[in-house]
Amino acid sequence: MAQAFQRIYTRLEGITKATVVLNAQRVMNDELATVDGRLAQVVKINGDRVTLQVFGGTEGIATNSEVVFWGEAPSLNVSDELSGRFFNAYGKPIDGGPEVEGEHREIGGPSVNPYKRKQPSQLIPTGIAGIDLNNTLVSGQKIPFFADPDQPYNQVMATVALRADVDKIILGGMGLTNDDYLYFRQSFENAGKLSKIISFVNTTDDPPVERLLIPDMALTAAEYFAVDKNEKVLVLLTDMTLYADALSIVSNRMDQIPSKDSMPGSLYSDLAKIYEKAVLLPSGGSITIIAVTTLNGGDITHAIPDNTGYITEGQLFLRHDSDTGKVIVDPFRSLSRLKQLVIGKQTREDHNQVMNTAIRLYADAADAKTKLENGFDLSDYDLRALDFAKEYSLKLLSIDVNINVTEMLERAWKLFAKHFSKEEVSIREDLIEKYWPGQE
Amino acid sequence: MQTKTTGIVRGIIANLVTIEVDGPVAQNEICFIHLGDTRLMAEVIKVSGKNASAQVYESTRGLRVGDHVTFEGHMLEVQLGPGLLSSNYDGLQNNLATMEDVFLKRGEYTEPIDREKKWDFKPTAKKGNTVTAGDWLGEVMEGWMVHRIMVPFVMTDTYTIEEITAEGSYTVDQRIAVVKDGQGRNHDITMVQKWPVKRAITAYKEKPRPYKVMETGVRTIDTFNPIAEGGTGFIPGPFGCGKTVLQHALAKQAEADIIVMAACGERANEVVEIFSEFPKLIDARTGRHLMERTTIICNTSNMPVAAREASVYTAMTICEYYRAMGHRALLLADSTSRWAQALREMSNRMEELPGQDAFPMDLPAIISNFYARAGIVKLNNDQTGSVTVIGTVSPAGGNLKEPVTESTQKATRCFYALSQNRADRKRYPAVDPMDSYSKYLEYPEIMQYYTEKVGPDWIDKVWEGKNYVRRGKEAYEQINILGDDGVPLEYHINYWKSELIDFIILQQDAFDDIDASTPMERQEYMYTKVIDICRKEYEFDDFEACSGFFKKLINIFRQMNYSEFQSDEFKRYETEIEKLLSDKVQA
Repeated sequence: MAQAFQRIYTRLEGITKATVVLNAQRVMNDELATVDGRLAQVVKINGDRVTLQVFGGTEGIATNSEVVFWGEAPSLNVSDELSGRFFNAYGKPIDGGPEVEGEHREIGGPSVNPYKRKQPSQLIPTGIAGIDLNNTLVSGQKIPFFADPDQPYNQVMATVALRADVDKIILGGMGLTNDDYLYFRQSFENAGKLSKIISFVNTTDDPPVERLLIPDMALTAAEYFAVDKNEKVLVLLTDMTLYADALSIVSNRMDQIPSKDSMPGSLYSDLAKIYEKAVLLPSGGSITIIAVTTLNGGDITHAIPDNTGYITEGQLFLRHDSDTGKVIVDPFRSLSRLKQLVIGKQTREDHNQVMNTAIRLYADAADAKTKLENGFDLSDYDLRALDFAKEYSLKLLSIDVNINVTEMLERAWKLFAKHFSKEEVSIREDLIEKYWPGQE
Repeated sequence: MQTKTTGIVRGIIANLVTIEVDGPVAQNEICFIHLGDTRLMAEVIKVSGKNASAQVYESTRGLRVGDHVTFEGHMLEVQLGPGLLSSNYDGLQNNLATMEDVFLKRGEYTEPIDREKKWDFKPTAKKGNTVTAGDWLGEVMEGWMVHRIMVPFVMTDTYTIEEITAEGSYTVDQRIAVVKDGQGRNHDITMVQKWPVKRAITAYKEKPRPYKVMETGVRTIDTFNPIAEGGTGFIPGPFGCGKTVLQHALAKQAEADIIVMAACGERANEVVEIFSEFPKLIDARTGRHLMERTTIICNTSNMPVAAREASVYTAMTICEYYRAMGHRALLLADSTSRWAQALREMSNRMEELPGQDAFPMDLPAIISNFYARAGIVKLNNDQTGSVTVIGTVSPAGGNLKEPVTESTQKATRCFYALSQNRADRKRYPAVDPMDSYSKYLEYPEIMQYYTEKVGPDWIDKVWEGKNYVRRGKEAYEQINILGDDGVPLEYHINYWKSELIDFIILQQDAFDDIDASTPMERQEYMYTKVIDICRKEYEFDDFEACSGFFKKLINIFRQMNYSEFQSDEFKRYETEIEKLLSDKVQA
């Protein structure tokens, strides 16, 4: 930090739970400062009156506390030394290792010129059919898991990360419980991949407002590896709902008028700034973002999942399937918007039709189930649809499946032939002729 | 020229900056804030005493109280001239393609129009002619489009042409005509002019009610709820309902000369899809590249919020410019909700009293003013031109009872409701056949058009089809309540007739080369066939026989949709259908 230009003040005019106000001159917008040793950032300037957001909270801060302006926006030292390290929200090591030497870079930098972006076209295989078959991931994509708090989203995300073929994995943990933090650390270590993982972690022990720095820290590191080193980077952000909660705390303290669900009116832009860092660069480097947005009782109309859904390229829903006892990737509510870029291009020609048909038949089974629940007799077709649904859930949708896409397609064809006639399946004739399993 | 007003920054909250000014300042005036060597563009949105509040079109990081500001003396303007087509602009009309860095550099503004390029100009007006704003003086070929060079819209007098340049090759800045106004003053005219985006261009004779249909190749729109040329429509829908796919289909297929796509606060990768796909796509009608008739205004969600608001106006102004040349322009604005949110963010920072959902109070007025700029017009020379607008709305939580949807519904004539339920069942396009509507079906002018172009009974047939769908929906609800055996067989037949219309007419595979776009002729042929089947009475032993029959029928019809119109394959499936039907009647 630029020590030479430090300006020190010792008189605070006002203190709220998250902000302090003082009179100061020549202060820059977004500039960092320390208030009584705690990190803070300029969020409002009105003449000489400067409002600072104190990340660690203002407990115990006194009107005569020392305020030091740094003359710069929040920054991170970037270099290859980041690899394998664990940091807090300020980019300071929490693994006992030394400070990272490297280029001092402001976080939350500018956006990529949309005209210079490349269209994502590379499939990221995960082995999970609920993803690869129905909601294929593509490098440069941004996609969240929508999950209730009791679902194993962090485990699924860790599995996806470790199976994905990428150069770096960057974890941005916001409000992680200490147990989850240790879980991530453990699974990365066990997989022997610690050297390509970088983590920025804010746990539930840390002040919530600090979380606001985590995504920008993680993405600044990601941009270093993707832009400067042309690497394929996967960024994991969990849990973005807690990030948004921190945003609402700050806007509330600044007396802003809340919009839907007491979230700030700028929630959409705030989230977009993060997610839109996902990119495929002309040089070949890429940033892919997989995030977690926890829901309350599956409610996706809440402002956080709702705005997220409009920004991200699809969403993956986890659901507990009571018929099979498995956690599955819900085929109805999940969506990968970029899948059409790789389906049938990097995978077999029948992928699109097989995927849609299986989901349509699964929907027929859902209708049959409703009929059954309402006490009606089921037709022969209904019964077959129900049998199909059970097997489809068990052999394809379940998150413990780990096979390649062609095997998934073969499995689906076998299920079609086992339970339905060709007319009922209603797929383009040339594909039926080619892939319908023979009588064995 | 007077000296420019200048000012000093007095306050900063996010991208709202308070400036103390030393001279006159106008509402919506453009100013530049000096941050070191960088100049940040901003627009005045409120004036109070010596203080002007301006929204900055860039990040304000590092800005200080005391920084200098200069005012430009005009509102936000775009440059209009040859070279707009196939360009990719941001919301402020900076050319994205000519920026060098991979990252957008703050304060970097690029020329929207190539100043070096020479155009082959051909005069069409003569010395001594009397002209007013919007009158054609000459033309250049912009790709395969005739680009008229007009008397600039800002020139409000009546003029006499004193001099017009001979045919030849010129840059946009070279003088192509000299005109004399009523006071005897001469004015030079070049191929490029400027216009403030928030004002409508009204250099035309009259704006009648829309009287023509704009074909889109999307069956659920053209057959069931057509949009008129010069009309307005909007597509609200929760995320994941295929809004973007539908918009792209419209951009590729719609019967328009010019397409302007405003990607307003949406995903960057979607724009990349347009950037990388459109140059490869060929327009079926003209055999030329789609990109040559397309302008993209791209202000994605991570780009500065204030410029997002400007982007829809920039797009509209470009459409109006081409309309004045006698072209049919289509504006696709995706999504107008992001524009409204930009207004909300600003109103919030200005601490205005909020309306519903914290949106500004005047939101309905702003939205209806915008859509009112659409229309088919009769130009001064009796030629016609049109601007058709289709906006998308992203209602929060998929709930249509929210201010942006409600205001847009009042301002537009076509409503294409995307249904979550249809999307969940993969019935694409997920346009709900019952909730959606087109007011144009009730326009006498449009009825007249159909009588002449398609046939006198077409509109009746459309309402008949809608009725089958409505009846099928009611039957379906009854079946769900009472069970398959609990309702008369008639209900099953009604339900399956509506399924036939749904699967064959309403659903369309946007990713299949043939099915993706259906010309009106084919739509009429298929729709008539389907309606004829719906008109017949059928008898079945039980409901399973009924569903079996219709499933078979639907399957063959679908194969037909995937085949080239009137090809051998198509005819073979057609024969199969005839056979199935005659077997049924015999039985």
